[in-house]
Amino acid sequence: MNAEQVLFWVFSVGTIVSAGAVIFLRNPVASAMSLVACFFFLAGIYVLLWAHTIAVLQVLVYAGAIMVLFLFVIMLLSLTDTGPIAQLSPSRIAGAVATAALLAALVAVFRKLPAADTVTWASDAGRVATFGTIKQLGAIMYTQWLFPFEAVSLLLLVAIVGAVVVAKSRI
Amino acid sequence: MNFTVVPTSNYLILAAALFCVGMLGVLVRRNALVVFMCIELMLNAANLTFLAFARERGDMVGHLGPFFIIAVAAAEAAVGLAIVISVFRNRGTVNIEEIQSMKH
Repeated sequence: MNAEQVLFWVFSVGTIVSAGAVIFLRNPVASAMSLVACFFFLAGIYVLLWAHTIAVLQVLVYAGAIMVLFLFVIMLLSLTDTGPIAQLSPSRIAGAVATAALLAALVAVFRKLPAADTVTWASDAGRVATFGTIKQLGAIMYTQWLFPFEAVSLLLLVAIVGAVVVAKSRI
Repeated sequence: MNFTVVPTSNYLILAAALFCVGMLGVLVRRNALVVFMCIELMLNAANLTFLAFARERGDMVGHLGPFFIIAVAAAEAAVGLAIVISVFRNRGTVNIEEIQSMKH
């Protein structure tokens, strides 16, 4: 096994274990902290996929901003969770069975993909040198994808106003 | 130059497993905040799929998808948590079993 395979297994086992901890831990604060751990492991996976810019964004925005917001709300509500984390009802059992079936189907499909362990475009040295850099990402974002980028900025503005309107009891 | 890498299908199987963990959480957990966290897990599984195919094809447009998903997830978390706070203020609970006035 080379270094990339070792890192892939370390990060993927870490991702799945911490994602499982999110849903199986009772305390919401513990769930949020294991979700932060999951995002860090995923950032490692993104680096293995040569997407270091997105990995940095993942840590900054997800593990930083969004999870701080989550922790803030959990602390604000000071929830006392009693009782089982999930009551056993027919709809929940059906949900768990459907999830297992979906996982089995997806894994069966993905295993049929050709397991090519080389990058087919590696001979293109210019593309290898610029792949995943913030310069290249910015070049694509501000030329081809300028309108969606501006639309997202408008969406964030609407979300800020909407969050204030919804959460504030009296304006 | 030749790079030996972990096959794309391994990344896709990891994304499928992550999505299914998130889906299980959404379907079985009772705490609305944990349900939100599980939605974030599912969004991250989508990100991972985009990035895996971006490297497979050598096309950096695949990095734009995760970029926009992260931005939309931030907006979604802000509005969703505001709704959770509002519901908690009116009902005194974030247990989704007890918030069912829109059922039927």
